Amino acid sequence: MSIFFGNLSLSALPHEWFTIGGTVSMILMGLGVAAFLTYTKRWKWLWTEWLTACDPKKIGIMYILVASVMLFRGALDAAMIWLQQSLSVGASHGYLDAGHFQQIFTAHGDIMVFFVTMGFLFGLINLIVPLQIGARDLAFPFLNSLGFWLYLAGAILINLFFVFGGEFAATGWLSLPPLSELAYSPGVGVDYWVWSLQVSGIGTLIGGINFIVTILKMRAPGMTLLKMPMFTWTSLISMILVVCVFPILTVTITLLWLDRYFGMHFFTSSFGGNPMMYVNLIWMWGHPEVYILILPAFGIYSEVVATFSQKKLFGYVSMVIAALLVAGLAVLVWLHHFFTMGAGADVNAFFGITTMFIAIPTGVQIYNWLSTMYRGKITFSQPMHWFLGYVATFTFGGMAGVLMASPAADYQLHNSLFLVAHFHTMVIGGALFGIFAGITYWFPKVTGFKLNERLGKLAFWFWIVGFFVSFVPLYILGFMGATRRLDHYDASLGWQPLFITAGVGLVIISFGVALQVWQIVMSFISRKQNLDITGDPWNGRTLEWSTPSPPPAYNFAIIPTVTDRDAFWEMKQRINTDTETDKHGYTDIHMPKNTGMGIYLAGFVFIFGFAMVWHIVWLAIVSLIGCVVCIIIRSLDDEVEYTLPAAEVEKMEKLKTGYL
Amino acid sequence: MPEIHHDTTEKVSFGFWVYLMTDLIMFAVLFAAFAVLRGNTFGGPSGAQLFSLPFALTETLILLTSSFTCGLAMVFAHRNDKNKVTALFTITSLLGTAFLAMEFTEFHRLILEGNGPQRSAFLSSFFTLVGTHGLHIAVGLLWIIVLIVKIWKTNLTSANIRRLTCLSLFWHFLDLVWIFIFTIVYLMGTI
Repeated sequence: MSIFFGNLSLSALPHEWFTIGGTVSMILMGLGVAAFLTYTKRWKWLWTEWLTACDPKKIGIMYILVASVMLFRGALDAAMIWLQQSLSVGASHGYLDAGHFQQIFTAHGDIMVFFVTMGFLFGLINLIVPLQIGARDLAFPFLNSLGFWLYLAGAILINLFFVFGGEFAATGWLSLPPLSELAYSPGVGVDYWVWSLQVSGIGTLIGGINFIVTILKMRAPGMTLLKMPMFTWTSLISMILVVCVFPILTVTITLLWLDRYFGMHFFTSSFGGNPMMYVNLIWMWGHPEVYILILPAFGIYSEVVATFSQKKLFGYVSMVIAALLVAGLAVLVWLHHFFTMGAGADVNAFFGITTMFIAIPTGVQIYNWLSTMYRGKITFSQPMHWFLGYVATFTFGGMAGVLMASPAADYQLHNSLFLVAHFHTMVIGGALFGIFAGITYWFPKVTGFKLNERLGKLAFWFWIVGFFVSFVPLYILGFMGATRRLDHYDASLGWQPLFITAGVGLVIISFGVALQVWQIVMSFISRKQNLDITGDPWNGRTLEWSTPSPPPAYNFAIIPTVTDRDAFWEMKQRINTDTETDKHGYTDIHMPKNTGMGIYLAGFVFIFGFAMVWHIVWLAIVSLIGCVVCIIIRSLDDEVEYTLPAAEVEKMEKLKTGYL
Repeated sequence: MPEIHHDTTEKVSFGFWVYLMTDLIMFAVLFAAFAVLRGNTFGGPSGAQLFSLPFALTETLILLTSSFTCGLAMVFAHRNDKNKVTALFTITSLLGTAFLAMEFTEFHRLILEGNGPQRSAFLSSFFTLVGTHGLHIAVGLLWIIVLIVKIWKTNLTSANIRRLTCLSLFWHFLDLVWIFIFTIVYLMGTI
């Protein structure tokens, strides 16, 4: 081990076809982007308009862009897993060795949960929640920027082994010990895992605090808690879960790190360590985490169904109670992930029953949405397609979940492909479809033009058909005894046709993804014909639709006063909506200044993580000092806001109306 | 403008409370790990053989006193008495340093005796729980020094009082966590 480079040496550099492939494509993409920016002279624009922005609308777009890139990475991993499982039968061992295969499914899980779904949701929450509550900004704009950059730093760390070498963890997405302990995973893979999740997890935690304060303290006058739009409600509940459980993740990962770096014995199999404690702790975070992912999606469906049925959401209060119950039950079910631990019949029965209870509030929500549609003026737009697809998949996957909640059945299904099929049904059919519904629904609000409907609906059909072709075989395989993370099986089992069918499903899904990309490209090219000039393309109900598309930096020139649920709908029912504007007139607006500090600070954290992975002690110390100095400078800065004078606001607003 | 400041103060103090709650959950996990592993000495010494109660009590009294001086400093901060605020926070930081020195002494002794964090799962959890608290104290000390300098340069502005309020919340919070450490680790460990 050298003092200057730690454990990093030339032999660690990429030398396998898949890492070299990754390295080359990443470098080419980077060069392509750099060339484009240089050619169009946009470096300065990128820095001042985007990278240093504290505006949640811009940060939200950056979240969604990073999450989209990570979605391609995660989908590529999925394709590699499927290809291996379709080929590796009997005498053939496929094209990957077991070690590579393990790294790929580990990366697939972590990327899809931490960097795709979380990224998309934080993006949508950033874009929409401030607009829905009639706020101009978040409570802590700088922390929002920092949270995004930490998320990106984590995303780079999880991909970094492509460039600097080493390997990724081959331990499954939660890196359970004792396998993830130094004795069994001596490489840097688990260390990349530790620091990638640690860094992005802290970013998430900061975001959680920020949104709780924003939603509870910055709502427009008159918007009581029970007048908040449903998406804001479920985002709030999701963020409350974030601050309750992400600290558990932070500590658990830290304890694993202490074991690996300092030879401690929290989870080792000797010296009194207790590996099952890790499993308990990680699922105390891990189970609520899936509800953190699904709750905002519930909110999106509520908005979409109410808007496209042109009706008030049915059972609003019961919807809020149901979401709160889901969150409450979320922290009481973690043990159902390891009934086979052998905690005894009483403990297993308790956790089995609490798990089954979750079907009640989720069922309430499904019935509320269906009742909202009943006798509504329904438009079968793209977001509605995603919603209806969700009802089908989620009910299907939910029933599989209730089945597995029974400990006796779980002893058979534990760690089988049935489980894999179940949680993919929930996360794809629930969270990801919700994200797609949200993106297609709010796209005109954010960009100012609508997405092509025909291509979007076509993409939906490819997705939903491909989804069932992919995952129904996995349910069947699970019943037949196929375990998860299987890189090879015997030909006599007769599983290959089912695995191949699953692979065909993936091909169908990828057509759907291609259509989505094509849809965005086409819609951009023909945006002149699809401009959203009114700011309210769907006859919406909530405050975000009362602003122009895209909204000005300050969101609302005059903060609206809310009197009812569905505030904007009620405003539209009143005849003269503009009188209030005349009455109050414009006032000075205080806006957060742009700052590069989020990038600097996250940059030091990133370097710290990298130094820790490779045991480069001096670099870790230097970057830690850098972090501390950045925090001190920022926390003592008194000039973090600027004032937009009333006259300026008036001029901008006049310009807007003139344009109309 | 005053309205804006009031607004910021409310948001910052509420946000800081939420942060403290997340920190509390982190400590809760460390306490849980300690509770699970405290008996797993793997043939090594247990708490009863290692801890000195009078020593831990002294640490406790020092930290409680520092919390008192910190609280007193905040009273004078609202009376805009810069000199007293600085003096009291200096005393607080000296007491904090004394506490940290004692903790360091204890750790040093244990490690020299061969009872470091690698000895057993019990000692891993002990060092991590108490050490995390110590790390927080160290951060608090740095924070006190930075704010004393800031106050000398820019006086007790409303922004600075807001910063001091967060700091004092943090310091009292650490005091509270220590009470639990004293009770669960030292008292229950030795009796």
